[in-house]
Amino acid sequence: MTTHATLPTVPPIDVDSVEPKPIDMDRLLQDPSTQIIVCCGSGGVGKTTTAAALGLRAAEMGRKVVVLTIDPARRLAQSLGLSELDNTPRPVVGIDTGAGGSLDAMMLDMKRTFDEVVLSHATPEKAEQILANPFYQALSSSFAGTQEYMAMEKLSQLSHEAEEKGTWDLIVVDTPPSRSALDFLDAPKRLSSFLDGRFIRILMAPAKAGGRAYLKVLTGGITLATTVMTRLLGGQMLQDVQTFVAALDTMFGGFRQRAEKTYALLADDRTAFVVVATPERDALREASYFVQRLDQERMPLAGVIVNRVQTVAARGLTSARADAAAEILGEASLNGTGSPTAALTEGLLRIHADVAESAERHHAQTTRFVAGHPGIPVTEVPAAAQDIHDLDGLREVGAALGEPQPTR
Amino acid sequence: MATNGSGGAFASTRLHIVTGKGGTGKTTVAAALAIALALQGKRVLIAEVEGRQGTSQTFNVPPLSGQEERIYADRSGGEIYGISVDAKESLMEYLQLFYKLGRAGSILEKAGAIDFATTIAPGVRDVLLIGKVYEAAGRREGGRRGRGELVYDAVVLDAPPTGRIVRFLNVNHEVAGVAKVGPIKSQAESVNRMVRHDTTRIHLVTLLEEMPVQETIDAIHELREADLNVGAIIVNQVRDPLLTEEELAAISAGTAADREEVIEAVQQDLRTAGVKATKVMVRGLFAQAHALSERVALQEQENAVLVAQGLPLAYLPALPGGVEDGGGLRILADALLEEGII
Repeated sequence: MTTHATLPTVPPIDVDSVEPKPIDMDRLLQDPSTQIIVCCGSGGVGKTTTAAALGLRAAEMGRKVVVLTIDPARRLAQSLGLSELDNTPRPVVGIDTGAGGSLDAMMLDMKRTFDEVVLSHATPEKAEQILANPFYQALSSSFAGTQEYMAMEKLSQLSHEAEEKGTWDLIVVDTPPSRSALDFLDAPKRLSSFLDGRFIRILMAPAKAGGRAYLKVLTGGITLATTVMTRLLGGQMLQDVQTFVAALDTMFGGFRQRAEKTYALLADDRTAFVVVATPERDALREASYFVQRLDQERMPLAGVIVNRVQTVAARGLTSARADAAAEILGEASLNGTGSPTAALTEGLLRIHADVAESAERHHAQTTRFVAGHPGIPVTEVPAAAQDIHDLDGLREVGAALGEPQPTR
Repeated sequence: MATNGSGGAFASTRLHIVTGKGGTGKTTVAAALAIALALQGKRVLIAEVEGRQGTSQTFNVPPLSGQEERIYADRSGGEIYGISVDAKESLMEYLQLFYKLGRAGSILEKAGAIDFATTIAPGVRDVLLIGKVYEAAGRREGGRRGRGELVYDAVVLDAPPTGRIVRFLNVNHEVAGVAKVGPIKSQAESVNRMVRHDTTRIHLVTLLEEMPVQETIDAIHELREADLNVGAIIVNQVRDPLLTEEELAAISAGTAADREEVIEAVQQDLRTAGVKATKVMVRGLFAQAHALSERVALQEQENAVLVAQGLPLAYLPALPGGVEDGGGLRILADALLEEGII
């Protein structure tokens, strides 16, 4: 269990003394040793769009790319040709293949992926038993970490296929908007440690030994554990778990091995993590947490992408001065002493005051983050006036990521 | 407890469940709603269930725990208590209360049973999280079997995002599939009655952007299908056009020469107001106005989709300075009161 409460707070800093250094994204995308890019971040920060934009840019630079998305917006999905959720990569039409690259995209179906894992690891009868088990059905469609686990499972499947068949040389993964920051790192471990953990052995004891070894093996405390669990959850549930685990018995090693392999794949130099955020306090706080966890786990972090940064087109005028000037013009219009365009100019200044204030706030938030995480590259992506839902929009985002311009 | 006059659409609602797509400002709106209720003189509990400590950050108070603490008081007598519900802590508390477990709790913990119940057993975690809210919402003055007045006039639940809200609230269905008997099952049934009660409403926070609106519409359908009471759609970060149609036309239409004339006129106005502006800067001001007008056009388009839902709507202004300074939250709370939803 992790909480954010224990995070050290970033000390106050002089926000004008720090400038972010952007991620060298084009180098990363073109480098053939980059084989996996994982986009993570809290919900609603534009992870999917970022993943799609990176995939498209890499493909048009000549990489053979597959993008794994979790839950794309409808129109973005359509623009990628993802009209059906069939758990297999489909080619994206309309990309520039001049450089010899290609782009496939797929949407994750978590239950189906879990079913596939079971089918590939168990004998047909065992698999059938497992798939029909009520506990498995609940676990595979609603366990708090199943989506994360299955995203990682799919990633290792795709990576395996890429190695075997050479279909792809770059996999870009979007991660689920988890309830706690790095569920996708924790879920495989959590599930596998549950599956061959102590609690399961306790549950399994009666089933394995037909109840005879029960007394010998179990201490009073553990008997209490099962008793309370039975009273709490009802015997039926525990029985379902027992049957499930018994059927799964032969797959234990497989699960653990898979979880370990996926973890190793993520920690490998071929992988690059990109943390996505917006220049808002909450999103950057989550990003801080991601960066720390990735560091702790020694995962290769390429840097942080801050999306939706307000840019200023009319530079050199602060929000406060614009407001003051708007005030003067507003008064003049009221008194009838203003020019015919005074109201227009007042409006333009009010718009600018808002734009500049947002931009100042975004800059302060981002700078604070940069100062708190020295040495971590940060790319700022300007806010677009419209939602992004076609390949051209994704190309623009890709360009902003590949050739970042100063936002101020 | 005395409550000041309130005649909003959800004046009789006691449990306000606030959800929304990630990034729409769900936590901020939940906080503003709690403040608005406190401004009516109510004693309010605000609960978060995802351990993000978003509430304490928003109220600028130390991190919340599983114990209710007062985090805000208004001169009208209204006050807000905050809690960050943790599934593990709730389970331990629950076991203690009903089984007088004492040290045995730690044995369960060591055996991995607690982890199993709170992270893996499907739905149990959510029953525990809402269960705590259920307990607080129904608590009366005068101890466990107290018959006094309800401790809280209103409870605001900062719930999981739209993508998970139905699953979260619909725990009974989930748990019934796996836990067929036992106290977790009966707890699930009580929770089930509470989330469907007449005095419970689920409010959806959205932005006037394509994805959040789409998710809102999807969530409304799913909530209704699950027989859950949808409350208001709370539209956050609404931008004001700031320019009239004519003013916009003046900076867009006409020949290059016409535009040059407008640029010079604006430049002159700026000089009058004490701002020395280059033509480049004026063109920048025009570009910003165009970007805003594009955004406003998109807002209108998305707003039409929301209006068609026939639900009460409340609009909150975009705050260019953010809500970090605390003044922003009060602006949003006042806006919620003015919009007449509570």
